[in-house]
Amino acid sequence: MYTVYRYREANLKDLSFGLTMTFWGMGITLLTLGLLILVIRLLNRMYPFKDETKDEKKD
Amino acid sequence: MFSTAFSALTQGFAALTWQSVLMVLIGCVLLYLATARKIEPILLIPIGFGIVLGNLPLAGLAASNQGGIINLLYKSGVLTELFPCLLFIGLGAMIDFGPMLANPIVLIFGAAGQFGIFITLLLALALGFGRGQAVSIAIIGACDGPTAIYVASKFAVELLPAVSIAAYSYMSLVPIIQPPIMRAMTSKKERATLMPPDEKKVSKTVKLLFPLVAGIITILIAPMGAPLMGMLMLGNFMKESGVVGRLIDVSQNTLTNLVTLFLGLSIGAAMLGGNFLKWQTIAVFGLGLLAIAFDTVAGVLLGKLMYVLSKHKINPLLGAAGTSAFPMSARVVQREGQKANPRSFLLFHAVGANTGGQIGSVMAAAAMLAIMSKLLIK
Repeated sequence: MYTVYRYREANLKDLSFGLTMTFWGMGITLLTLGLLILVIRLLNRMYPFKDETKDEKKD
Repeated sequence: MFSTAFSALTQGFAALTWQSVLMVLIGCVLLYLATARKIEPILLIPIGFGIVLGNLPLAGLAASNQGGIINLLYKSGVLTELFPCLLFIGLGAMIDFGPMLANPIVLIFGAAGQFGIFITLLLALALGFGRGQAVSIAIIGACDGPTAIYVASKFAVELLPAVSIAAYSYMSLVPIIQPPIMRAMTSKKERATLMPPDEKKVSKTVKLLFPLVAGIITILIAPMGAPLMGMLMLGNFMKESGVVGRLIDVSQNTLTNLVTLFLGLSIGAAMLGGNFLKWQTIAVFGLGLLAIAFDTVAGVLLGKLMYVLSKHKINPLLGAAGTSAFPMSARVVQREGQKANPRSFLLFHAVGANTGGQIGSVMAAAAMLAIMSKLLIK
């Protein structure tokens, strides 16, 4: 029903494992959030906020 | 005949051990905190009662008792990772990404707020925990209960009760843990930095497209986090669509409450004296506390950097809101900012950083899952 994992005899020692995880983990997190900042800026440019209440008043 | 009946009626008492008695007492303390002190009652009542039920001998209500009703919940909801994922639908339906979308730069604080995870991972490895255990302990630093349960149920089921209790406890203790660190790392002048209180507006289209686009991008980058990120963004998309009011109502209330009840009960019933009262449990709690402290330190350090780079326009306290403890961290930042400068109103910006922390914590977990999956075989 659910996945059970067991360890492969990895060549990495614990410290290398921890540092690898830190480098890639933080790296991927930073990279993704950086990418999302760009995407949000792009979306905000493509679809800027328009005050609908003002439009209604003009009509 | 009399003695047989007597022994049958007293077998429960006879089977009590000091560990089970102690755990029942711990369960009662949690129930007291929840009812008398009103500390996280929605979570602590199911957990506390689960501890009591699970530790009563011969009752068959421990999460490990095959065929028991709590065992059924534990196997089908916790070990399959179903419950945390369902909670994320509710979370997505409650979150407003608006402040973050209005000022996207605060998303970067969501990355710094995860740094404690990785420092704690190194510490846990140094203390001799296995890799799966170390990852599961470190994820407490995500300040996010469902994410911690999701990761721990994958890699260290034996630590799941301790990790989940620590994660939820420290989330609620954020208002106590963070302020001293924030004050120690910043000067009053920095804390008093004023930021424009006016709320920038974001178009409805951007609010609707963001969960879809962000979901696709993040899942493509780290597919292992898809169950969490996918459900979070689904919940938020439903909310922003504005056309499924009934689904939103169910996700925000019934689903979240029901899953929290079942999750709390299952986790509580998994906390058995024999496997919970160990030095590892104390280590898990200690490391979890460090994880959240390091998150705050890294967040405030990044805040200070942004303060300098922005020529004193960004309040460094905002960095502390980069954790996933929503909305506690944002409130702490608002309160500390206002203490330093009564005219300061940081809540809008802090909520943005806090929602960034929600995304950051799932991304950090997804990255760890992706790396771990390459080191493990089924």
